Amino acid sequence: MSLEALLPSAIDGLMLGFVYGLAALGLTLIFGVMKVINLSHGPIIALGMFAVFILFSGFGVNPYLGVLAAALVGLLLGVAIYFVAVDRVINATELTTLLATFSVNLMIIGVATVIFTTSPRSVDIDLGALRAGNVTILGTHGVAVAVAILVAAALYGFLFRTRPGKSIRAVANNRAAAELMGIDSRRMLALAFGIGTALAMTSGALLATLFSFTILSGGTYELKSFVIVVLGGLGNPTGALVGGLVIGLLEGVLTVFLPVAWVPVVEYVIFVAVLLLRPAGLLGARA
Amino acid sequence: MRDLRAPFLPAVLVLIAAVAAIPIVTGNPSLREEIFLVLMLVTLASSINIIMGYTGYVSFGHIVFFGIGGYIAFWLMQTFNVHFLLAAIASAIPAALIAALIGIPILRLRGAYFALATVGINEAMKSFMTNFEPFGGAIGMFFSFSIYQQYGGAREAAFLAYYTMAAIALATVATSYVIRRSKLGLSLMAIREDQDVAMLVGIDPARAKVMAYVISAFFPALAGATFFFKNGIIEPGPAFDLLRSIESLVMVVLGGIGTVAGPIVGAALYEWLRGFLITSATFANFQLAIAGLLLLLTVLFVTAGLVGSLRNRFPRLRAYIQ
Repeated sequence: MSLEALLPSAIDGLMLGFVYGLAALGLTLIFGVMKVINLSHGPIIALGMFAVFILFSGFGVNPYLGVLAAALVGLLLGVAIYFVAVDRVINATELTTLLATFSVNLMIIGVATVIFTTSPRSVDIDLGALRAGNVTILGTHGVAVAVAILVAAALYGFLFRTRPGKSIRAVANNRAAAELMGIDSRRMLALAFGIGTALAMTSGALLATLFSFTILSGGTYELKSFVIVVLGGLGNPTGALVGGLVIGLLEGVLTVFLPVAWVPVVEYVIFVAVLLLRPAGLLGARA
Repeated sequence: MRDLRAPFLPAVLVLIAAVAAIPIVTGNPSLREEIFLVLMLVTLASSINIIMGYTGYVSFGHIVFFGIGGYIAFWLMQTFNVHFLLAAIASAIPAALIAALIGIPILRLRGAYFALATVGINEAMKSFMTNFEPFGGAIGMFFSFSIYQQYGGAREAAFLAYYTMAAIALATVATSYVIRRSKLGLSLMAIREDQDVAMLVGIDPARAKVMAYVISAFFPALAGATFFFKNGIIEPGPAFDLLRSIESLVMVVLGGIGTVAGPIVGAALYEWLRGFLITSATFANFQLAIAGLLLLLTVLFVTAGLVGSLRNRFPRLRAYIQ
């Protein structure tokens, strides 16, 4: 209950919030562009973790190179998932797309559990730590924040400065109008799904450098991403980033005052309350 | 006239009762366990179908009512030694009340927002129960063996649970049929097709939806009470298992969404398939992956599910299969 613990805990949470935000960004991008809630989000985050793990412990690849590899694999995987599971049902009801992406979730978890089992893994890297007073910032956490900021900035640059990025936004805005302007909307949807998946894998890869994990760990972060995305407004990228910081900070602060096990209760209550009172999110227009 | 020509409901009820009687007649305990589970899944899937199939609201976290029913009944039985049947009913009523209370606000949400809200409610409830010490917190609650004595022993208690689950499944299916043929069902399906038009023709969507939600919460609560009574132990994880929730959605879609027979067929098929995969030497490890693949194929190519496809393919069957 000590207030001394408040500052370090808050900073810790806030830093983690950047990585949460990155995962949520992937989920919200896909929803924003094609109105699909990607239920394979969690296993994909876990795949990001294992990509780093395999490269690091199997081939001695630097974990941060592993993060880059995870992002690239994520892009390809996402495009593949789009064409296999989503493309055919893109105009169907929510239930259909929810179940289609959930089936991908089952397949990934099913195969990956056989390969990796559910035993806990970790990627051991030590980048030292920065100390000031009672605040300690681990090097790995610092790098994770930097990478998350870099990736988010790159995404914004892509969406607002490049032609494919603008095309994706056009498709998100009005698919029919975008097609009339000569945009191949199917390719843009696939690309958006790929980018969303790449973001999820990147955040998973970064989380692997911070905590130990199992193939089922993605589920926790998937639920967290839901909370964040709703907080920031479904389909709103900036909202997802801010929401990530809010949830990270909240976790950091709450653990000082409450037993850790109560934190999810508060998170989910906020989640439901936001959905009911401000379905467009805290940053969105008033519903 | 149609009811005379196609006594669909009695036929289905007799069929379920007959299947439920098989393990009693043959005295096969492992078959009894399996059919107990199928009856429970029929209850869960048929209940979800009322809010999802008829009304078009994807209740992703519907298992929350199963957990609530299980917890309240378990607590009553363990703490006050209440008789199981009484505890089950006493747990389903608050579950239905809770459904009414949360239903009023969340049923205003549409589409993905509603689905996410139900997930949030289930997760909130699970994490709350994990911390709620009167209900045992993270460890949950368990019976001492003496609880079963008032039913004549553990074996007799298991039979009582079995008969009760059969009765619940029958009641759920009957209710599902009655709703589909009633004015309420018509209102729900109108809301599913277009809520604004439904309002224009004089339907009060809020009332109809909350009614459907309450009914669809009542039976899972009974099933939860029965399941955990037989189980003898209740923990937050299994009580509010999101995966089981999604599995029941899968059963509905597999069998045929919006039909009465669909969830029954889906539940039986899904459970049979899982049993087959788990015991098969080749597929045991890939059980989940194969389930995922089949789900994907169903969603992509057999959108109406088995019963729905049959009805579409052979329109004359529509009089016989609901």
